[in-house]
Amino acid sequence: MNPAATSVRRQLNPPPVPASPFPYNPGSLLSVMDLSVESVSRLLARTTALENEDPLVRDRILAKRRIALLFYESSTRTRTSFELAAKSLGADTTLVSSLSSSIEKGESLKDTGLTLRALGAEAIILRHSSSGAAWLLEAETRLPVINAGDGMHEHPTQALLDLRTILAHLRPGTAPVNAETLAGVTVSIVGDILHSRVARSNMLLLPRLGARVLLCGPKELLPELAAQAGPGIAIERDFEAAVRQSQAIMMLRIQAERLAGLQLDLEEYKTSYQLTGQRLAALAPTAIVMHPGPIIRGLEITAGVADGVQSTILEQITNGVAIRMAVVERALLAARQGGRA
Amino acid sequence: MTVLAIRGGHLIDPSAGVDAPRDILLKDGRVAEIASPGKLKLPEGAEVLDATGLMVAPGLVDIHVHLREPGQGYKETIATGTAAAAAGGFTSVAAMPNTTPVNDTPEITRWMQSPERHASARVFPIAAATRASKGEVLNDYAALKSAGAVAVTDDGHPILKDSVMREVLAAAARVGLSVIQHAEDTRMTQGASMNLGPVSFRLGLRGMPPEAESNLVERDIRLITELRESRAHLHVAHTSTAAALAAVRQARRSGLRVTCEVAPHHFLLTEEHVGLYNTNAKMNPPLRSAADRDAMIEGILDGVVDAIATDHAPHATHEKEVEFEHAPNGITGLETALGLSLRWLHREWKMPLGRVLSLLSAQPAALLNLKGRGTLAVGSFADVVVFDPKAEWTYRATESKSKAKNTPFDGWTMLGKVRWTVSEGRVVYNAAQSEERVWIDAPPVGRELI
Ligand SMILES: [Zn+2]
Repeated sequence: MNPAATSVRRQLNPPPVPASPFPYNPGSLLSVMDLSVESVSRLLARTTALENEDPLVRDRILAKRRIALLFYESSTRTRTSFELAAKSLGADTTLVSSLSSSIEKGESLKDTGLTLRALGAEAIILRHSSSGAAWLLEAETRLPVINAGDGMHEHPTQALLDLRTILAHLRPGTAPVNAETLAGVTVSIVGDILHSRVARSNMLLLPRLGARVLLCGPKELLPELAAQAGPGIAIERDFEAAVRQSQAIMMLRIQAERLAGLQLDLEEYKTSYQLTGQRLAALAPTAIVMHPGPIIRGLEITAGVADGVQSTILEQITNGVAIRMAVVERALLAARQGGRA
Repeated sequence: MTVLAIRGGHLIDPSAGVDAPRDILLKDGRVAEIASPGKLKLPEGAEVLDATGLMVAPGLVDIHVHLREPGQGYKETIATGTAAAAAGGFTSVAAMPNTTPVNDTPEITRWMQSPERHASARVFPIAAATRASKGEVLNDYAALKSAGAVAVTDDGHPILKDSVMREVLAAAARVGLSVIQHAEDTRMTQGASMNLGPVSFRLGLRGMPPEAESNLVERDIRLITELRESRAHLHVAHTSTAAALAAVRQARRSGLRVTCEVAPHHFLLTEEHVGLYNTNAKMNPPLRSAADRDAMIEGILDGVVDAIATDHAPHATHEKEVEFEHAPNGITGLETALGLSLRWLHREWKMPLGRVLSLLSAQPAALLNLKGRGTLAVGSFADVVVFDPKAEWTYRATESKSKAKNTPFDGWTMLGKVRWTVSEGRVVYNAAQSEERVWIDAPPVGRELI
């Protein structure tokens, strides 16, 4: 390279990237990045408070408030969890799903959102197969939007419930949390990272509380550039090395529906990445084993490990309802308290 | 025929080497006379534009626009697209063939140039290289050329088969047409909606690897090397990657007829400007990495880039208000190219004004052999842009002359405000009466240049 060209490059002062206008609504939870560490701490505290609240008192918090669940992908687990959370605060929920006839053929997400708003929905919980759909819905409706999973992008409430699970086991009784709470903790996320919104939300949230995140998987499912997604993220291709370093191991399923032509030898995958009782006993006898579900027993995890004492899979589901109570409450009350931010 | 004089301005005509105060007389659609200040003898009834304090330059030439007609008038029409061109200082635009139907016939080529289209700038159709742009059967280039086509391309549908591309290059060379390639190996970009990199990973979007562009540019250069004797001309559209630009640079050193253009968004923006799924930052080729963007700036500054072209690609608002991966590719560009080029290339990166203007007029005109365009030499077409080089202004998409508002540059500060645009002697844009619509006549077919 000639010196002139180098000096030109050094002087370049290109146009800045404009600041993000999102979220428009202070009640929205589109990404884990919408939450400061203090807001995470407040949400966790509120989760515990709501969980311990007398159900009859809790039932009046959002009495008669209208929440729409807009589900373009079927997801019994997430949908039921949000529904139970909203109902236990007294809110009225209505489900609009692509499986019912409610979403008109060909109607745009914008029009469906505006229709729900006109029908009186005060917040929308959205599950959608396209990355970024929650941002579009929020920009068009300006309602509080809770992202219940957008494409391969994010699933922020899953990361929050995972965090609560990790804290309960590794930092019991710690409240409030801060940027050092998980210092010294290594969390491995294993498997189909590329297509996983759970992985993305976790890898963006956990390091902000001090954890180190190790991503583990084959090249086809874990590109090198994943390590650049944020600070505190590293790649460890060797599954056993990752397990050995971990206090929490998060197993993901292979998302066959998103592989799009990718050929994957499942037998080879099992040999390299299956979490077995032997591996767990030998390498991480005290770590917790997590899974966002749905589990494919015998593929990424053996039945024995899934049902074993180190597994937190069912606890994660219970934490999901609790966390979502706090998130739904925030959606409707933040707007009122925060005013027009 | 009208006579128009532009007096008191500073004439800058890079191809003629003029950079001095000059008055200019336009007559019968041509440049009739250039004189020192105050020395023009005005004929009876001449209209006079007072350009005191303003720059007078050749009308700008954009060799990559999508005017959407025939068939997609809800996005843009030739009338609205060229009105935007005139507002942006452009007097010549080369229109891509991805219309409905695809422009692969002399009839459509002529239809696009008909005075009934009410164009405010001269439209030069670029015809499809293959039938319906399917990449299989070559069109009749001689017939297309005599109907007015200035190049062939399957823009948006890159020609992947080596044998077909070789035939296209050879056949186009035989009739003296350039071949423009949208370089994208589409086998590597299935389902992708932005550049492949850390940002696409973070956003959960499938990415287009930079190699999808550079591989095809390298393949095309290989083909043109084999065809060296034929004098085939390959023009690489909207170059966006450092690797593709390096390949062009290398080809040029080997003496091959390979040229390239860069769009303002590719020398200004990066994948970070996609932000949180801004569909007005979605185009193809996509916004790339900062290193690629910097390579585009360097290529412009050091001269390997032959032209700035906008890839003006209007879409209806509702088409862009959808999920990012479902939004169509493209942004508008005709009204912002000059203001952005002056603001950044000239002011920020110190490129001489004449060189910036040359990339927007003389060089693209020469590249597609548009005779009498991109220059104000006596006898050339009376295509002029008069602008205030010091004026800073804010671009507002809502005020666009285009039907479409899909731009990432809404609210950006521009440098250099167009005061008048003159196309073949007719004032087609006047900033003081910008609501007025003025059309130009039928193409000057058969009128030889002096
Ligand atoms: Zn193109």
